[in-house]
Amino acid sequence: MSLVRGISNCWRIARKSLRQHALSSSVTVASAALASGLVMSVFALSAQSRDAFSGGETGFDAVLGAKGSELQLVMNTVFHLDTSPGNIPWSVYAAAKADRRVEAALPYVVGDNYKGFRIVGTTEDLFIEFHPREGETLQIEPGGRAFSPLHREAVIGSVVAARTGLGVGSKFLAAHGVTGAGGASHPGEYTVVGVFEPTHAPTDRVIWIPLEGVYRMEGHVLFGAGESFEAQDGEAIPDEHKELSAVMIRTRGSGAGRMLEYEINKGDQATLAWPISESILQVFDKLGWVVLVLEGVAVMVVVVAAGSILASLYNTMNERRKEFAVLRALGARRRTVFGVIVIESTAIAGLGALVGMLVYFATFAAAAGIVREQTGVVLDPWMAHPALYWTPIGMLAVGALAGLLPAWKAYRTEVATTLAGGGY
Amino acid sequence: MPLLEISDLSKSYRSPEGEVQVIIDVPTFTLDAHQQVALEGRSGSGKTTFLNLIAGILRPDSGSIRLAGQELVGASESLRDAFRARHIGYVFQAFHLLSGHTALENVELGMLFGAGLDRAFAEHLLERLGLADRMRYRPPQLSLGQQQRVALARALANRPDLVLADEPTGSLDLHHAAEALGLLRELCTEEGAALLLVSHDHKILETFETRYALHELNRAAREVPA
Repeated sequence: MSLVRGISNCWRIARKSLRQHALSSSVTVASAALASGLVMSVFALSAQSRDAFSGGETGFDAVLGAKGSELQLVMNTVFHLDTSPGNIPWSVYAAAKADRRVEAALPYVVGDNYKGFRIVGTTEDLFIEFHPREGETLQIEPGGRAFSPLHREAVIGSVVAARTGLGVGSKFLAAHGVTGAGGASHPGEYTVVGVFEPTHAPTDRVIWIPLEGVYRMEGHVLFGAGESFEAQDGEAIPDEHKELSAVMIRTRGSGAGRMLEYEINKGDQATLAWPISESILQVFDKLGWVVLVLEGVAVMVVVVAAGSILASLYNTMNERRKEFAVLRALGARRRTVFGVIVIESTAIAGLGALVGMLVYFATFAAAAGIVREQTGVVLDPWMAHPALYWTPIGMLAVGALAGLLPAWKAYRTEVATTLAGGGY
Repeated sequence: MPLLEISDLSKSYRSPEGEVQVIIDVPTFTLDAHQQVALEGRSGSGKTTFLNLIAGILRPDSGSIRLAGQELVGASESLRDAFRARHIGYVFQAFHLLSGHTALENVELGMLFGAGLDRAFAEHLLERLGLADRMRYRPPQLSLGQQQRVALARALANRPDLVLADEPTGSLDLHHAAEALGLLRELCTEEGAALLLVSHDHKILETFETRYALHELNRAAREVPA
């Protein structure tokens, strides 16, 4: 009997058995599906989160801000999360912008929100220097335009537009604070003049207004010169009074970045987080044990699933002894009945891995939704990750292994003594 | 040349007390191709063991079993399995159909390890046995007589050279027993298979022209009372 025919016969018998024990088979398939889905989700999510948070393209490689935590600076400036570590005087920005080692510098001022979405004051350089993807600038949807630095105008991210209902021509009042937790509104309406096309990045969750707009909001007091200063309408604001939350910097190469980092960070006025990805990777490295624990739990679930496959098959062995004896009496070899059980357990694991893909997509979609909601970072379940093909292969192997013990029991079935028991 | 030649066949078991008990001791037995022979098998005469030895399910201690030119004693278990699938049909007293499979699937199971799946022939056998409208029924949905007919179809599914029948009508009433026996003999004739039937029922045995008493063939059974 050829190998193909042998396997085909085994599959035919195994398939029948799976149908015959549909309930227990389904439960076991479900446990295998949960296990494989969980493994794929944990591994793919952790890898993709690390990549997404550390490798997001903005066209900048450093963040300049107040003396303090680099991570806080990056989270606040790049991901628009966390609070600002403090302000830096305009002169720090001016010095950086004038530095030959700096190719571009984009100032940010934060501190206000609209319905929880951050308002970031910046310059018109935003429309030129910010690169959501390599070689691309931020694109404004048709019908919109860039804000004018002299007017109360705003360009908003796509998520802001979708969630708040704001569109071109809409007016809104900025509220104090970055979280939207009941801060008082500043008088003076802003008009939306443009909506950015989706970037699938934190930018989508930001309301961008001119720098001057932030300085001139009623109630905003500037301390850039060490004394309080409130801007008056029609009166220019001297640079020494201006303050910034941070500056996005594009250096002229890694040598320049390294030198700037050394020079700025050894002083006590400012912090330069360079390269941006390193600050984020430090977090992931610090939290590496959490990921390891999660991965360990996922692997344990696979072991439990393998155990449930083994148990469900092993428990049917006594009732199926006669079936195997009949098959053997009909000419099935011992290896055939062994193969039937191994194929059956492998099929359960394979079906589990197949359904596990659905579990993976559901889990990933839910997690990605939360991440996007909270950070604006987009995670893609379709993005290739080795776990997506190694897990199904691994599940098949685990399934086959789980079938070995019951298969051995089937292998040892003695025809004459078993059939002497009678029955159908 | 006979289809089946047995010489000096011996099989013993060790009892739980450690005592060796000889169950089969048959000096000689032959069966020609297409021949239909009945063996009278009293209880304890070793009839099931004798058939299991011929089928290659059990390995004898010594002797020779030559079937269709193949020496089975000394052959590996794997070879005996393959040989059984292709050359021997087995009808059990207790039918031994698989309850989760339909009548048709039970017959097809017999083909899987032998000549290969032939649904048309499986259906033909079931039709021939009057089960055309019961092919999709599972054994628990069939009467005892119908179950036995499915077992007959399965035994003949691989067009065997030899059909071994161990008390094939033992679970049936007189009417159904006679009917099943008639069908078995007819089918064996039609398919060109020899038949070796073991029974303790004299009404069954009397229908065979050639019949032997197993307790006379088997020297180990001569002491067993009738």
